[in-house]
Amino acid sequence: MVSAVFHSPLGSTTEKNQAQPIPKAEPGKQPAPAKAPRQPIDWRGVWLKVLPPVIGIALVVGIWALLTMKSTSFPTPAATFTEAVKVFSDPFYSKGPNDQGIGWNILFSLERVAVGFGLAALVGIPMGFMIGRFTFLNNMVSPLISLLRPVSPLAWLPIGLLVFKAANPAAIWTIFICSIWPMIINTAVGVQRVPSDYLNVARVLNLSEWKVITKILFPAVLPYMLTGVRLSVGTAWLVIVAAEMLTGGVGIGFWVWDEWNNLNVTHILIAIFVIGIVGLLLEWALISIAKRFTYDEV
Amino acid sequence: MKSFIEVQNAEMVFNTKKGQFHALREINLKVEKGEFVTLIGHSGCGKSTLLNLIAGLTLPSSGALICDNREIAAPGPERAVVFQNHSLLPWLTCFENVHLAVERVFGNSDTKARLKERTLAALELVNMSHAAYKRPHEISGGMKQRVGIARALAMEPKVLLMDEPFGALDALTRAHLQDELLKIVGRTHSTVVMVTHDVDEAVLLSDRIVMMTNGPAATIGEILSVELARPRNRVDLAEDTRYVHYRKEVLDFLYTRHGHVEKAAA
Repeated sequence: MVSAVFHSPLGSTTEKNQAQPIPKAEPGKQPAPAKAPRQPIDWRGVWLKVLPPVIGIALVVGIWALLTMKSTSFPTPAATFTEAVKVFSDPFYSKGPNDQGIGWNILFSLERVAVGFGLAALVGIPMGFMIGRFTFLNNMVSPLISLLRPVSPLAWLPIGLLVFKAANPAAIWTIFICSIWPMIINTAVGVQRVPSDYLNVARVLNLSEWKVITKILFPAVLPYMLTGVRLSVGTAWLVIVAAEMLTGGVGIGFWVWDEWNNLNVTHILIAIFVIGIVGLLLEWALISIAKRFTYDEV
Repeated sequence: MKSFIEVQNAEMVFNTKKGQFHALREINLKVEKGEFVTLIGHSGCGKSTLLNLIAGLTLPSSGALICDNREIAAPGPERAVVFQNHSLLPWLTCFENVHLAVERVFGNSDTKARLKERTLAALELVNMSHAAYKRPHEISGGMKQRVGIARALAMEPKVLLMDEPFGALDALTRAHLQDELLKIVGRTHSTVVMVTHDVDEAVLLSDRIVMMTNGPAATIGEILSVELARPRNRVDLAEDTRYVHYRKEVLDFLYTRHGHVEKAAA
């Protein structure tokens, strides 16, 4: 059950190493002006970093512009941009339940994700610890997890609607059930992979169970756990859009569906960008947290 | 004199996927208080297994192990282990690594200030005070091993068990740490059981060298008493005829009489 969604902490260390050269160069530069003239900026390096992504985006926008030049139904990039400026100039208006600013829509979606994901973390992480620690439990739960994990998120929605008899809890339930698996699995794998040397240290020192958990298990498992959390947040954000399309209420997914009913394709395009950017920010925030807690293997 | 550690007829059989593996047979060994004993043998002869038995990390299939008149049933801080790969916790500083052990052993009897004092004293003992607040990945292999020794010594154990503690180090660092270990043991009069595969290390450090036959079903082949006066100096000993003689005896045992047998013969 283990390897499917597993990122090793070694992997994240290399990520870290790749990301570091830029901040590392700065402390080198700071003392330099005092003694020697400033180091010339490495323009070539900057260009090679900035240019490829810019070209990529320009290419997509260019093709989009070319394809929509003569179209009447599909908006051009320019039209989308002007509309986006308009939408974002007043993100927090509220004209009744079906017409609210994009800011509100994003915040409501994020709130659902936070609640669903938070509950999943509360249940999933301790469960992962237990499964990792006790083989019996692992053997008991493994087949269930393997069976339930590949189920499409939206298949859970009717169950939520049935049980909670309301749209909002049903959406949260869907997020909960979909984002719990990566956290359980990665935490369990982390516990199973705690180096036996560390546990031997604990045995020789005869540490109390509490000390073993706080000083050895938890720090050793943390990088694995954060990988699980990262994957879970990604899943949760994917699921919320789909769930809100079906359940309605205020939220970015509902907004997409509403604008489709209004045939406002420009807004749908804006929503797609917004969903992408928010997902990116969530991922980025969690990676930076994970980096802070990744220790260097010795 | 009553022996401090006693291994009586210990047998060790592991249940592996390929069936049973008889690792150790009929091990009988007595270690006196304050004695420095090394276990030497070819790799795979079960010397680490024997050390783990004394540590209590594994329990024998049959036979008994006694330390200070008590049967060894589980690991405990009175038998501190220095692991082969130091096993420092990478998320704790050197100070915290040692403090974890000190706190466990003396936490109930000592004040917080005294615990801190003990930790710093242990680090001082291995000349690692300068790196007390560094994390293991920031210091060299030799330094890590020294902190590992500090952690073991800080517990004031009755026995210090060392599993090839200098095996992963370069020759110069190893020699340096051996000298430091000799000094520390000279001061603390600790009882030490150490696993090694280095003949010079065994002769230089030990009071007795326990030479083990090849596995499977390895046992103690011969025990050599090293009667060299302490403190010992490696440079002077290099030309000492008795040292050369002891060294030859061990080499003779390891390579002439119990040369590493091929698997086909076993």
